[in-house]
Amino acid sequence: MSESAFEPKIVGFLCNWCSYRAADLAGTARMKYEPNIRIIRVMCSGRVDPTFVLKALSLGADGVMLAGCHPGECHYIEQNYKTIRRFKMLKHTLRALGIEEERVRLQWASAGEGALLASAINEMVDQVRELGPLHWPGNWADNEGSQDAIQALPREHAEAMEVPA
Amino acid sequence: MTEKVGVYICHCGTNIAGPVDVEEVARWAKENLDGVVLARDYRFMCSSLGQELIQEDIKNEGLTRVVVAACSPHLHEKTFRTACSKIGLNPYLTQMASIREQVSWVTEDRAAATHKAKMMVAGAVRRVQLQEELQPTEVPVNPNTLVVGGGIAGIQAALELADAGHKVFMVEREPSIGGHMAQFDKTFPTLDCAACILTPKMSDVGLHENIELLSYAEVDSLSGFVGNFDVRVRKKARYIDEDACTGCGICIEKCPKKVVDEVFEAGLGYRKAVYRPFPQAIPKFPVIDRDTCIYFERGTCKACEKFCPTEAIDFEQTDTYLDLNVGNVIMATGYDLFDCGKIPQYGYGRLANVFTSLEFERLCNAAGPTEGHILLRDGVTEPQSVGIIHCVGSRDKQHHAYCSAVCCMSALKFGHLVMEKTGAEVYSFYIDMRPLHKNYEEFYDRLLQEGMHFIRGRVAEVTDAARLPGEDGKLIIQAEDTLIGKQRRIPVDMVILLGALQPRFDAKETGLKFGVSAGLDGWFTERHPKLDPVATMTDGVFIAGTCQGPKDIPDSVAQGAAAAARVQGMISKGTVLIEPIVATIEEARCSGCRICNTLCPFNAIEYLEDKAVSYINPALCKGCGTCVAACPAQAISGAHFTNDQIFAEMEGLLYDVIGSNGATVKSPQPALEPA
Repeated sequence: MSESAFEPKIVGFLCNWCSYRAADLAGTARMKYEPNIRIIRVMCSGRVDPTFVLKALSLGADGVMLAGCHPGECHYIEQNYKTIRRFKMLKHTLRALGIEEERVRLQWASAGEGALLASAINEMVDQVRELGPLHWPGNWADNEGSQDAIQALPREHAEAMEVPA
Repeated sequence: MTEKVGVYICHCGTNIAGPVDVEEVARWAKENLDGVVLARDYRFMCSSLGQELIQEDIKNEGLTRVVVAACSPHLHEKTFRTACSKIGLNPYLTQMASIREQVSWVTEDRAAATHKAKMMVAGAVRRVQLQEELQPTEVPVNPNTLVVGGGIAGIQAALELADAGHKVFMVEREPSIGGHMAQFDKTFPTLDCAACILTPKMSDVGLHENIELLSYAEVDSLSGFVGNFDVRVRKKARYIDEDACTGCGICIEKCPKKVVDEVFEAGLGYRKAVYRPFPQAIPKFPVIDRDTCIYFERGTCKACEKFCPTEAIDFEQTDTYLDLNVGNVIMATGYDLFDCGKIPQYGYGRLANVFTSLEFERLCNAAGPTEGHILLRDGVTEPQSVGIIHCVGSRDKQHHAYCSAVCCMSALKFGHLVMEKTGAEVYSFYIDMRPLHKNYEEFYDRLLQEGMHFIRGRVAEVTDAARLPGEDGKLIIQAEDTLIGKQRRIPVDMVILLGALQPRFDAKETGLKFGVSAGLDGWFTERHPKLDPVATMTDGVFIAGTCQGPKDIPDSVAQGAAAAARVQGMISKGTVLIEPIVATIEEARCSGCRICNTLCPFNAIEYLEDKAVSYINPALCKGCGTCVAACPAQAISGAHFTNDQIFAEMEGLLYDVIGSNGATVKSPQPALEPA
């Protein structure tokens, strides 16, 4: 298969109240966007366990989008702040595993922001298409560097958590 | 898999069947997906015939799971759940795939759309087989209701409920109910006197046998859940024994201490240290203001106590707490007025004759500090020209982006009152005129006829620096008149700033206390902006009036009545079903680490000391799943959104990558199947 024909597969986790409704709105308003995203509805972005993202990538997804209500607008009052915290930790882990920044994205979209969500999806699809397939399950076995990366994790984590004087 | 899954692909007329090859999706699902015993496509699944199709198959084919690929679950999930439960299949054993909103309406290429629809069906089919039967729990509803806030919205709500025979507790922060409306002079567009229409309702509240009015009180805490809330109310010390006080007012007369009334008179008038905000206050009992009372300052005076004929003064009184049990809560906590001093170029607080809208209401009010005479700050001069500036702090990205909804009509009302009372020229500086409701446009037309001047443009500044002849001693309003494309300087004697309505200063804490979320602008969020305007995300807590967003009196009253109707519905039914999508903790796996305890904003998780494990109260849990994701021992599972269910959906969605058996397909990129 030639690289140019590569169509990334992206799994989206959208919260029931804002971003899933934004997807509804994008549909109602007939906004066209790339068909590469496949959406899973969760009640809140706070439900997204980092292992969901890792699982999606390990199954063969090329990217994962998390979407939720804007900070301060969460229907569960403040749970998306917990999403932010987890996302930061997750990004750190992903970086250590050599997964490019653009492959995992956190996107805020209120129920009225169908256009924003659609353009975010398009942007992400373009970026991941540019990066090429992740093909993580295969790469993982081939790449000897990944073992080192795992061992480096605790040290990098400690560094990241260090408070500058 | 032993489950028998039925798959139904909706055409939705041509909405789905146009861009998606629905027959192909059905054929593919039947042939390729494990567990699928039948797959049909049909013109309108949501029609009664479509629903009957599913019911027949459940009956005749023994389906144990149903997947409907159609519109968004936000539209018809309930329809299909109900259809299934009518024939005996638990409603939570159905799953929808949103192939209209997420596929046919947003995808241009037919082959890609058909392929995506197949993957979404695969996700739903995988997921549905792991879904479990769930039963909503039924709890009784306490028929008593708490109304927080005694403005017009709260008053309306309380009276509707009380008149229907239900007990209401009304908590009001100020010494009297009445809210902002009690401060107003006239109301648009009819020019009814605000007090004339409000005070009868206030006294109805005060006298109603079903309403227990707790004024000068605040809600300290709220716990429990729909149908069964425990409320703790703090009654602030009035230093007046309400049982003994007759409201005669002698204490007020005899009190030697006069202070500026910053609240009710908006700083324009005076009150005593022992006071009633206004003569028609409900309840009639005065309050001793501890901060200004001479006795509390110096330990001597007690003039009020000496003269009180019923010995109702009690300087030893302390705050008391009341515990109530109610089934529902209506929040009608109102708004604050924007601090106009935050826009320094308009001169409020610096230029004496710049007034806020609330100050003007008091000036105009016959019971106000000037007895209804519109006078400049010197207290004697009538203005000969008045400028009214709209959108002060509203429609302004520096402050509030939203429209405050009432200012255009207030400006027209003010214009009318100024011209009627003083004959002054009135200039209104507006961005857009928005007289939206019934008879409002007619009122605008009336003011045009009456000769009020309208200048379309945002005001740049208000200044007392005269530059041109005729500007000496005046306030000059500098604005661009966008209709003639020119800068204008209009000298006036008085400027009225129509400040924005903004959320209460403590709205955020209040929201947390009641489990009600707020938007970025700080107004409380309704459950649905169109279809569920007074409910909130917390069952049993309703919102009414301006705490939900800027609105005028008719809209506040409508919302108060609407909230009361919702509560009455709950009371009539007597019981409430609690959604079974909640998290539960498996005690055997819980290590008692308590990480989850602090994550829940609804305080649903408690720590059981005796068992050393955490416990989730299903009646309090809203099902967000944040604790599920956080539990390091995976002891918490979220009903209907379990890890296994989500993983299964993911595997289905990635069917083209991993195939049906869960093993990764070597090539991650099979060609799209032809439509």
